[in-house]
Amino acid sequence: MSAIEIIDLEKSYLVGFWRKRPKLALRPLRLTIEEGEVFGFLGPNGAGKTTTLKLLMGLVFPTGGTARILGMDMDDPRVKSQIGFLPEQPYFYDHLSARELLNYYGQLSGMPARSRSARVEEMLKRVGLSDAAGVELRKFSKGMLQRVGLAQAVLHDPKLVFLDEPMSGLDPMGRREVRDLIQQLRSEGKTVFFSTHILSDAEALCDRVGVIQNGELRGVGAVAELTSQSQGKIEIIFHAQKVPAGLTALGAEARVSGDMVNAVLPDAQQDAALDLLRREHIRLISLAPVRRSLEEYYLQKLQPAENRKGAVV
Amino acid sequence: MTATRRVNLVAGTALLLSMAGAVFTLRAIDTARLAPGVQGALYIRSTTVLRRLSLGYTGLLADIYWTRAVQYFGTQHHVGSSDYRLLAPLLEVTTELDPRLLPAYQFGANFLGPRPPDGAGSPGAAVALMKYGIEHNPDQWRLYYNLGFLYYTELKDYAKAADAFAQGAKLPVTNKLLEVLAARMAQHAGEFDTARMLWFTTYQSNQDPLIRQNATEHLVALQVDEDVTRLEKTVEKYRQQTGHLPTSMGDLGRVGLIHGVPTDPKGNPYRLLPDGRIEVQDAKSIPFITKGLPIITKASDEAARPSSD
Amino acid sequence: MSSRIGYIAFNTFREAVRDRVLYNLIAFALLLSATALLVGQVSIDIERLVVVNLGLTAVSLFGVLIAIFIGIGLVSKEIDKRTLYTVLSRPVRRWEFVVGKFFGLTGTLVVNTFFMAVGVFVALLSVAHRFEKMDVPVLAAVYFIVLQFFVVCALALLFSSFSTPLMAAVFTFALFVIGNLSQDLRGFAKTVPGVSGWLANAIAYLVPDFSALNVIGQAAHGDPIPGRLILFNTVYALLYSAVAISGAVLIFQRRNLK
Repeated sequence: MSAIEIIDLEKSYLVGFWRKRPKLALRPLRLTIEEGEVFGFLGPNGAGKTTTLKLLMGLVFPTGGTARILGMDMDDPRVKSQIGFLPEQPYFYDHLSARELLNYYGQLSGMPARSRSARVEEMLKRVGLSDAAGVELRKFSKGMLQRVGLAQAVLHDPKLVFLDEPMSGLDPMGRREVRDLIQQLRSEGKTVFFSTHILSDAEALCDRVGVIQNGELRGVGAVAELTSQSQGKIEIIFHAQKVPAGLTALGAEARVSGDMVNAVLPDAQQDAALDLLRREHIRLISLAPVRRSLEEYYLQKLQPAENRKGAVV
Repeated sequence: MTATRRVNLVAGTALLLSMAGAVFTLRAIDTARLAPGVQGALYIRSTTVLRRLSLGYTGLLADIYWTRAVQYFGTQHHVGSSDYRLLAPLLEVTTELDPRLLPAYQFGANFLGPRPPDGAGSPGAAVALMKYGIEHNPDQWRLYYNLGFLYYTELKDYAKAADAFAQGAKLPVTNKLLEVLAARMAQHAGEFDTARMLWFTTYQSNQDPLIRQNATEHLVALQVDEDVTRLEKTVEKYRQQTGHLPTSMGDLGRVGLIHGVPTDPKGNPYRLLPDGRIEVQDAKSIPFITKGLPIITKASDEAARPSSD
Repeated sequence: MSSRIGYIAFNTFREAVRDRVLYNLIAFALLLSATALLVGQVSIDIERLVVVNLGLTAVSLFGVLIAIFIGIGLVSKEIDKRTLYTVLSRPVRRWEFVVGKFFGLTGTLVVNTFFMAVGVFVALLSVAHRFEKMDVPVLAAVYFIVLQFFVVCALALLFSSFSTPLMAAVFTFALFVIGNLSQDLRGFAKTVPGVSGWLANAIAYLVPDFSALNVIGQAAHGDPIPGRLILFNTVYALLYSAVAISGAVLIFQRRNLK
């Protein structure tokens, strides 16, 4: 059973003064997410990432298509007890404390009273808010709110977790923690669907990614595959003050910084380059194939659309 | 989808049923209510206080009090009450808040004067109200008409009535009938035609359905009074001609004194009594008549009611 | 299902209690009751009258203001500021949310009214020096005021379900004002002829009748309130609230949250 099966899900709005012009926020989307995988939904701002999430959460109603979550119809109320959601820039009840909020949410999720408070404390500890647990939420910083948001998303131990821009507003420490959390969820066998426009996070965490722009899915692929494609080049880093003469002849592009040189050349020349360095007694630091980065895949998927921008409704 | 549809169905049904129930209950409340809003309304009797409280919206407040006056009268009238003591104060407050609210004067002229249960039985208050109205609206012929009308119907002061009509007739914008009425007051005050003219003018110059209905009833009653008077004179004529009283309406017809069977405006034939009097068949269904009433109540009625002679 | 409504209601109550707006308004109402005492000194005989009239009017008006501010604040704001996203991602039905909010709001107002009514009774006691039989109608008047709050809360929720916080507050207050004049409106509508008369009558009956729920004048004079009236008004208030809440549920069911 797939975790999420999106079947031609579509959302259009009527805009304009008389609300007559249709604007397609999400073109019919077809996407399947498997259980246990971490899926990254990539795209620029306004691409339709949040719209997709809101549709799946039932916060907004589709104008076409449907979806199945954990084998159940997306409107089935039973779905909600198995999923968790962290919206973008979450906002909570001003006058509750973090602990009270989590307890309240636990009540709403149907957690039995006895295990609830223990679990709440555990979650608070997990996101590092144990000390601030009794403080009113209106005093929380953005980063702290994000952490509360994460806590409430996984509080009831859901099988599937949806995160909308989970790293937004966090400092590098915070982002590291979120990364760890997602990886931990993965190891627990949970499915994670998150949207982001930060590619390095996606590259590090996701099994698969999907690229969306202007409401349209541009491509889906496994990260390992996309980035394993060799470019046919290798990168050598070695100790030297300048670029050795023979290296450029081999077709290398080199860069000097301090007492290190960074050279990229076709991998057919690998042996020749190594011989050259050995002859010159140059100390090798590293040798690695140049992989295609996720960024390139991303930009490649987006590029054609730039030209077609004018044609989009 | 079924869950959502179920909720929609329940909520929709609840909404419709509750709405119906609420309207229904509201009607029940209206009937069970204590003197509709009037108690609270007149708690503040001082118009100056009212004026200040209304924050300048005196016009609106006057309209509200006006509606309440009409409602008050209607409710009391509907339950057959004889207690209209709040009508005069209500109308006074209304006109003090807005002296130019003509319908209030019209209403007062028609329903403050007559005795209960047809009115509040305060002709004095009615006259005072008209005078107040004239003071603030000296160019409105209707107010002079009302004043004359009150003097004529309630106070039987034909001189003052003539005066009022005459003054009204002098206005640049007026009703031609006022001049005629002024003249008639002198010699023909007690005649059916004069009364008929008055009530007809009242009917014509008013839009309020209650006032019109009242005027119509009076016109019908006048017709009956006139019919009975005329028929009794005919009976007397028969007696003079034949030396004895007629035994039935047919007798009168046989000698050509009447044609066909005389009926009242409701369509019921008049009855000829053995002693020569004419009686209306269903006197209770025709208000305001002073002639042709059954004899049992006639004596007490004559004492109580002012005749339109 | 019912436990979720209870949780939502309790949470609404808790939020309301911690909101400082509440305390300001209660303080104001109590202040007014105290002022009533001073005003009553002006004329000897009408002390009691003024205390009851001014005091209960303050309870009623400020209660309505509280109902509107807290009601709109808690619901419209919740929808506006996306607090609702995380609530609705849980197994909470949309209708449960509306109903829970309603009970939370009305619960808050009942508690408020209790405190404010105590203030009025204290003022009454200090003026009259003892409780008399004629004070019983004051209790009935307080009960009627609570019924008023039920309707106002329901209306606040109805308007919150589809408009912005400001508009919802304006609509609710406007309907409260109109509702106080509804009896006059109905009398007026009866005089309008024809089709527009039919329409006028329909509107006049659909507007909530707040004047029926206002027996402050009678209570001030110590006139007893008939049991029938109490029963009918209870039924009316509950039915009307049901109308508004059903409407809120229906609208909220289909609302796309931005």
